[in-house]
Amino acid sequence: MTNNSKIHKTDFLQGNIACAEGAIMAGCKFFAGYPITPASEIAHHLSKRMFEVDGTFIQTEDEIAAVANIIGASWGGAKSMTATSGPGISLMQENIGLAVATETPCVIINVQRGAPSTGSPSVHLQGDILQSKFGSQGDYQVIALAPASPQEMFDFTIKAFNLAEQFRTPVFILSDSLVGHMREKVAFPLQEELVISERKKLDHYQGIHQKIFLDEDVAPMPIFGKGLKANITGSTHKEDGFRNVSDPKIMDHAIKKLTNKILKHKKEIIEINEYETDDAEVVIFSYGLTSRAVLETVRKARRSGIKVGSFRPITVWPFPEEEVEKLSRKVKIIIVCENNLGQLFPFVKSAACEHCKVISLPPKILGTLYDPEEIFEKAKEVI
Amino acid sequence: METKMNHPLQKYFRGAINYTTCPGCGNGIISQAILWAIEELAMDFNKFAFVSGIGCSGWIPSPSYNTDVLHVTHGRAIAFATGLKLATPDMKVIVTAGDGDTSAIGGNHFIHACRRNIGLTMICVNNQIYGMTGGQVAPSTPYDSKTTTTPYGSIERPFDLSQIAISAGATMVARWTTFQARQLRKSIAKAILHPGFSFIEVISQCPVQYGKVIGKRNDAVDMLMDYKNRSISIKKARELSSDELKNKIIVGEFIENKEIPELTQEIKRLRKEALSRCQK
Repeated sequence: MTNNSKIHKTDFLQGNIACAEGAIMAGCKFFAGYPITPASEIAHHLSKRMFEVDGTFIQTEDEIAAVANIIGASWGGAKSMTATSGPGISLMQENIGLAVATETPCVIINVQRGAPSTGSPSVHLQGDILQSKFGSQGDYQVIALAPASPQEMFDFTIKAFNLAEQFRTPVFILSDSLVGHMREKVAFPLQEELVISERKKLDHYQGIHQKIFLDEDVAPMPIFGKGLKANITGSTHKEDGFRNVSDPKIMDHAIKKLTNKILKHKKEIIEINEYETDDAEVVIFSYGLTSRAVLETVRKARRSGIKVGSFRPITVWPFPEEEVEKLSRKVKIIIVCENNLGQLFPFVKSAACEHCKVISLPPKILGTLYDPEEIFEKAKEVI
Repeated sequence: METKMNHPLQKYFRGAINYTTCPGCGNGIISQAILWAIEELAMDFNKFAFVSGIGCSGWIPSPSYNTDVLHVTHGRAIAFATGLKLATPDMKVIVTAGDGDTSAIGGNHFIHACRRNIGLTMICVNNQIYGMTGGQVAPSTPYDSKTTTTPYGSIERPFDLSQIAISAGATMVARWTTFQARQLRKSIAKAILHPGFSFIEVISQCPVQYGKVIGKRNDAVDMLMDYKNRSISIKKARELSSDELKNKIIVGEFIENKEIPELTQEIKRLRKEALSRCQK
């Protein structure tokens, strides 16, 4: 091999296209979606590319069908994905709950837009952070990652597939219209750098009471069509898949096992980017696109000798409670910057307990970029 | 001496045959028709997957059938089955759904599956009422029926589900009542072999909820006799006026067209095309 082949291939890509290419690199073989601004470019791109990689693309009759299709395809053994925006997620919620309950790996891209309701399709807002965690009925956990650039749309989509496969669960990408539509340089990983996870599969039929669900360390998945006699239901069930909808003890067991499957592995799942937090007095908590304005603020503050740092969860869900708690013990103030009226603010406040002060600082006008100056001024004011 | 007899269809069941449906329910007749059809075709049961939604019909395959069974949300069985069929085109994917499942909450998925001509078989158990939830009016309930949500009589006209399937583009459509169990079995066998989307509507008795509406409470036999008396074959029906057909149930195989391309085959064609363009 020559040295040349070690150079990363790069391209100038739109965030949504980077996401689609990331999906292909992760091994996605099935995409279902319904047109919606600002996510449609993902479908446009995959309507061509899926067939080139021996995969399937289908434009469904609505978003309810889109998510149902990817769940069905996942049981057929395909890595699958859908892409939409907040209104589509609202429609998908019941079936997302089914994906959680039936432990179905799949990836759901949410390119967030102005909300509530029809809102403003091309305005970027981080308005669906709580929706992705609490939108379906009951207690459950999801995994959600918040990218801030086309490069991260690519990288996090691969990571999302890997997490979905490892934990047999739906994984969200919480992008927004600006990250989805901006164009930047994207570097593709070399083959040897690429880490791709595959789901643990049941390899042979083990009798009608075979354990295929509710293992905190993830049960093997019986893929359809292989004589494994999969017994799958969204109703409350036991390890073998048999329904029991009357015994509260079985329901209690199911809810706790499903929840613990994610929470027990928080350390493996959660990823945080910290910048200049070691000696910081003020730390700014932000995620997704907002974190880019925050980094600029930190650099500006450091140049003026003010000790400001940035704490950015890559993983928005499960919420990095312990990491925030640890942070709160060493800083005076946490400023929470999100492009919404403070959706994660109560979680940060609760995790910080009374160790430090926590304040919420939404942008002056929701749906616009933070001016690093306004965050800087706030940091100076509170210090 | 006690002799233990096994049901001839026992091998298709996940453990004991243990249906939880009410006495006299039509589900048992339909379940047997499905399994006898598969037995007659001598096909490998492992190559079948069943997808069902919420409602009494959902419990025909789930968890009883000893093969891959996916029991999902109300009305969405077809949408899940579509994803499954696209990912595993060699499997025989059968959807069992109720009339509410099919034509109320899941109406959109139903017509689009017909339009796409995806190779699924859909068996729609039409008991003309919401049974499991307590006897509410359904889109298939006859006009002026007194149900738990239409105490003054229903004021909306019912859907003809088979006609919807035909209009929406399904390429095989048949309707029988549970009284015609043998004909039903034959049509299901045909549907399984049919390459495109096949829709079998079964008018089925719900003696508990619908029996109450028509004054035949808990009387399955009377309901079946009523089906017998009111059924008329599609051939005969074509010669009669709409007045003469009033209160009749038109049964038979309505259409069968194997010429329209099936969706998973179309996708295979697209893959070939995409690949050849890539190589150019």
